[in-house]
Parts: sequence; structure tokens; C-alpha cells
Amino acid sequence: MQTIDLQETGLREMNKTLHAQADNTNQTAWEIVNPKGAHAIACGLNAPIEVTVKGSTGYYCAGMNQHATVNIHGSAGPGTAENMMSGKVVIEGDASQYAGATGHGGLLVIKGNASSRCGISMKGINIVVHGNIGHMSAFMAQSGNLVVCGDAGDALGDSCYEARLFVRGEVKSLGADCEKKEMRPEHIEILRALLEEAGSDAKPEEFTRYGSARNLYNFDVDNAAAY
Amino acid sequence: MCGIVGLFLKDKALEPKLGEMLTSMLITMTDRGPDSAGIAIYGGETTGRAKMTVQSDTPETAFSELDEKLSKALNAKVAMSVKSTHAILDLPAGSIAQARTALTEIDSSIRMMSRGDSLEIYKEVGLPKDVAAQFDLAQMSGTHGIGHTRMATESAVTTMGAHPFNTGDDQCLVHNGSLSNHNSLRRKLRRDGIHIETENDTEVGAAYLTWQMQNGATLGEALESSLDDLDGFFTFVVGTKDGFGVVRDPIACKPAVMAETDQYVAFGSEYRALVDLPGIETARVWEPEPATVYFWSHTDAPSSKEKAA
Repeated sequence: MQTIDLQETGLREMNKTLHAQADNTNQTAWEIVNPKGAHAIACGLNAPIEVTVKGSTGYYCAGMNQHATVNIHGSAGPGTAENMMSGKVVIEGDASQYAGATGHGGLLVIKGNASSRCGISMKGINIVVHGNIGHMSAFMAQSGNLVVCGDAGDALGDSCYEARLFVRGEVKSLGADCEKKEMRPEHIEILRALLEEAGSDAKPEEFTRYGSARNLYNFDVDNAAAY
Repeated sequence: MCGIVGLFLKDKALEPKLGEMLTSMLITMTDRGPDSAGIAIYGGETTGRAKMTVQSDTPETAFSELDEKLSKALNAKVAMSVKSTHAILDLPAGSIAQARTALTEIDSSIRMMSRGDSLEIYKEVGLPKDVAAQFDLAQMSGTHGIGHTRMATESAVTTMGAHPFNTGDDQCLVHNGSLSNHNSLRRKLRRDGIHIETENDTEVGAAYLTWQMQNGATLGEALESSLDDLDGFFTFVVGTKDGFGVVRDPIACKPAVMAETDQYVAFGSEYRALVDLPGIETARVWEPEPATVYFWSHTDAPSSKEKAA
């Protein structure tokens, strides 16, 4: 285990050290102490290493992640795991706005609640939130799965494309062109695997699936009022 | 961007350190806005007396014998303590309106920063660390306070464009965001006789609250109606004599983090602002909900938390 004290090492030096890890590095376990809400911790990682941040983080932690696993032992600021490509990010506490935004792949697990715009414009990432999510989540979500074990706020899935949204609790309101969908066996299987990987004991059968009503894909003058 | 901080103390033992804690929180937020900085601090109330904070760009001349001139005008004892470009005037209770008129006659370049029983506001152009040093803010004690560091978007970088804005006796406002209907609202408020000095959007927000309260609304009601009448982005923190309140617009893209322990309730634009507070590791930390008014008050039960106004 390599330990980096962020207050001593400084942000750029710490990220540089993590970026220098090769695919086949034998230094696979890293611990970052004293994060103190700093921005851009463990951003742009590109190796199969496991980084554990002991405390809460600021903006953009684990952004653009590829291959790495990042554990945040605290809460996370805005834009955590933004544009993640692959790998895994686990937040033990809550996540601020736009967690997992524009993510292309990998798994983001939020053990607490996520605030507004969770998974906005997601493009293939899987996101599992153990608690609740805020308003405008999965806005323009294109693909991937957003799983919410608690409740969802206003305007869920507004203008979404082909992402699958699974919510166990209440949805305060659905956004434009987002609708309730049938849970078919293949969805139960997808959900079961995601819940298991995210360490949730929620039952897939308790969830409702939401997705695009596909009316806003192309401009149709009859739908002008819905834009 | 802008950075906002707020600290409401429950533990009296921390009161001598309020200025130090709040200054440190504000300095941490410097990179959210380097244009101007300000702090409103509540404390040092004397029964039967009121306070005004005034500012002048030429303090040597403007504040020269100002206490004597004002004493004569009010026919009552006025004490003054000068701190750099600001001066705190200690007046008989109930004489603030009269003092304002007198001040205009004595020297029209003197500007009022705050009025009330316990509120003092210090604000100037510059970085938080420089403004804090200019007024020795770290040495101040108090029960609660709010602070702001500005990245100007809507109007000029001036002392009068700096936050906090005084909205009424012992009331003030800091803002992160930008209001988009401030021009039309300013015209409307001016027609209703509300004094608005600058082209600043937040000053209009502050004047709006003043106007609502002059028309009988409580601060909580005024904040509730701001959600309907103000267009744009805002996270507001308001200071009152007894405590502070927080409200965010329904979109809530301007960040806000709060922390509460048995000793304090703290607000920061980012968690970074809170990390050096005592016991933060075990504090309850959360984001205030959009379009929800929160209040903490010394006069209510100290445990009162999210009280929708």
C-alpha cells in the first residue's frame, strides 16, 4: 500500500504519481489521506490500480477514469466520476450535483444520496445509488443504466434517449418524453447483476423501469409543444 | 462563481473565535472570486444603543470629528471607532434614520454599510485575506456571521458592489449566482420608493427583501416569494439578528454545503471551506435542498433545524 498525504505532496504531484502507473504496475494499492475537499483528486487515471481517498472530496474527483477503482471514504463534490470511461468509483457518503455526468462506461456506486443532475447526458456508464437522487437526473441520458434504490426528484429522465432508469421508490415527476416501462426478464437480470456488483441487497423485482417515449428523437411539428 | 460562507455558533465558548473561523473559511474560498470580499458579523449589542457601519474612500477627512458632528446633530452621545475605510457609529437606539439624514448633510460621500443593534459589515475591493487584514476581522468575536468573496459578472467591481448587502435593521444578504430580471425589478422597486444605489443584481435582491418586509412579510415569507419573483441563479445566505437563513433557486446549480454539530451550523459554497472547523469529521454534512427556505435562530430551540418558513 502506497500512502500519499495530499497536504504534503500537493495535488499536481499526487495526480502525476498516479498517472505514472503503468498497466502492469505492481503498486496497485494507493491511499490518499487529508483530501480536505480538494478538487480533481485522482482525475484521469489510466491503469488498473485501486485508490482509496480517506475523507471527502471536492469537484471532479475520479473524472475521466479508465481502468482504475477509486473509493471515496467520505462525501464527494460536484462532477464526481464525470466522463468516466471504465473502471469503478465507489462513494461511501453522498454525492453532489452531476455525479457520473457524460460517463461512457464503468460503474459508479453512491452509497448515500446523490443530488441534482445525477447521470446527466450519461453515455454508457452504470450508476447505482443506494439512497435518493435529486432533480433533473438522467437529463438527455443516452445509454447505460441508472439504478436508484430510494426516490428520484423532479423531471427524471427529461429528453432521455436509450438509457435505462430503474427506481425502487417514488419518482417526484418524470421529465419530458420519459415514461414508465415494462420490466421484462432481461431487465431483471441486468438489474440483479448491477445491484450485486454495487453491494446492494435490494430486490430487482421491487424496481420500476423508466425510459424514453421516443417522441423527441426527431423534430416533428406535431410535438413542438413538448420541446 | 463567488464564494459564500456562514457560521452560526451554538457553543458560546467559540464566540471569541468567530472572526478567526469565518475569516479562515472565506480565505479558503478565494479562488471562487478574487474581486471583492466582505463579512457581516453579529455581536457586541448594548441595550439602548444602535450601531451603524459607515464607509468612506477618504476616511481621514470624512471621519475626522464625525462623532462630535453627529452628536451635535442628534443632540445625544455618539461614539465612533474607525477601522481603515470603515467606522462603527454607536448611537442611541431609535436614532438611525435621523443619523442617516444628518450624515448626508455632514458629508455626502459617507456611505452606510449596515445598521442595527448588533450587525457590522466590512467590505472592500480585494482578496479575502487582504480585506480581512485591513479590518482585523480575525480578532472579532460574535454569535454568528456571513461572508462573501466575489467574482463579478453583472456589475462593476466596487465597494458598493461588494457583498454582504444590508437589507434592513440587522439584516443582510450574500449571493452566489446572477439575477436576470434585476433591471425590471429595480425599476419597479424604485417606483415604490425603495433606495437602490448601484446597477448590481444582488442589491436588487436585497432591496426586494427589504420591500417585501416593509409590506408586512416576515423574512421567511420574503425569501419564499423571492423564489417566484427573482429570475436567475441564486444561493442566498441571509443574516438576521438571531441567526441565519439559506435559500437556493429551484435549479440549484450554485453549490452549497452545510455542516452541523452541537457547537455550530456552518455554510460553505464548497466543503473545502468547512474542513478546518472543529469536529467536522463527525458533523452532519448535507446539501440544502433547492427551493427550500432554511433558518437557524438563537431564539428558537437550539436544535431547530430545517424549518421551512
